[in-house]
Amino acid sequence: MAQETPDRVSKKFLYVNCKAPHGTIYALESLEVVLIGAAFEQDVSLAFVGDGVYQLTKGQDTKGIEMKNFSPTFRALEDYDVTKLYVEQEALQARGLTEADLVVPVEVVSAQRMAEIMESQDVILSF
Amino acid sequence: MKFGILVNEGPYTHEASDTAYQFAKAALAKGHEIYRVFFYHDGVNNGTRLTVPPQDERNIVKRWSDLAAQHKLDLVVCIAAAQRRGLMDAAEAKRHGKDADNIAPGFRISGLGQLIEAGIQADRLVVFGG
Amino acid sequence: MLHTVNKSPFDHNTFETCLKFARQGSAVLLIEDGVYAAAADTAVSKRVQEALKSVSIYALKPDVEARGMQNRVMDGVRLVDYGGFVDLVVEHNAVQSWL
Repeated sequence: MAQETPDRVSKKFLYVNCKAPHGTIYALESLEVVLIGAAFEQDVSLAFVGDGVYQLTKGQDTKGIEMKNFSPTFRALEDYDVTKLYVEQEALQARGLTEADLVVPVEVVSAQRMAEIMESQDVILSF
Repeated sequence: MKFGILVNEGPYTHEASDTAYQFAKAALAKGHEIYRVFFYHDGVNNGTRLTVPPQDERNIVKRWSDLAAQHKLDLVVCIAAAQRRGLMDAAEAKRHGKDADNIAPGFRISGLGQLIEAGIQADRLVVFGG
Repeated sequence: MLHTVNKSPFDHNTFETCLKFARQGSAVLLIEDGVYAAAADTAVSKRVQEALKSVSIYALKPDVEARGMQNRVMDGVRLVDYGGFVDLVVEHNAVQSWL
């Protein structure tokens, strides 16, 4: 699974997001890892399962709670060559959401497909 | 094998730091190597030397410091998470005009790149959280 | 793949989520409060029995004992100590921690 390149090994990194934003800091701080990690030229994927899908919803206005709205940052991931964003279909449906409700293009996948993606990873970071 | 360990929660409130410590100890006893233990989110609070737990309870911070000294472990506290939560070494305290620092022996403050690097260099990365 | 679950199955859906994404042949290690899923005759025991058909399920013995569950562990769930935890990590290509 790990590919040798002249400079360094390239591993498949998966960031698993299961938690909603703002109620806890995990969503924000895990995104910070993704951004820093992007410089290491690894094969990065992000998975959004359960309440993690809420991190991607449009229309987040955090002024009232005086917190940072970091949802626009997901749109910037493309500039960091982080383009593999997988969202659990059942999680969206259970929450009355569709892909149109999300701030960034994603690949909506079934649980089975998500399991396949997870199984193929070298390093899995959960927060 | 070389293990990377990520600790996402602080001492006592969650069992994460305990389980991570026991795992590290067991891995070392089996002759494995711990490449790095990285502390993130509230996990940075495992690195403060100011804890005074009850005498009849385990001393989580000291336990990590002692294990690090015994096995030359690299215990790294994330600088961004540490700044948010008020964990400083002397250099950081000076840089930010704070009147004290509080990092425990055996811990060092560094960037998130150290976590990614651990993921790359170690054979396995194990995450302990809350 | 080795999956770890550290939450009670009665208060959180973490265990159920883990099972949803654990492929045939993977291993699930119950740790910390997750060990409660290993107890026999609970509301989730049938779910655990069903899962045992496709994944191996282990429970961390020190956590089981700490919670007084040592005489209640269901058949099919194997107890391991921290050394066994290490061995499971070595044996599998990667670890996914469900938190």
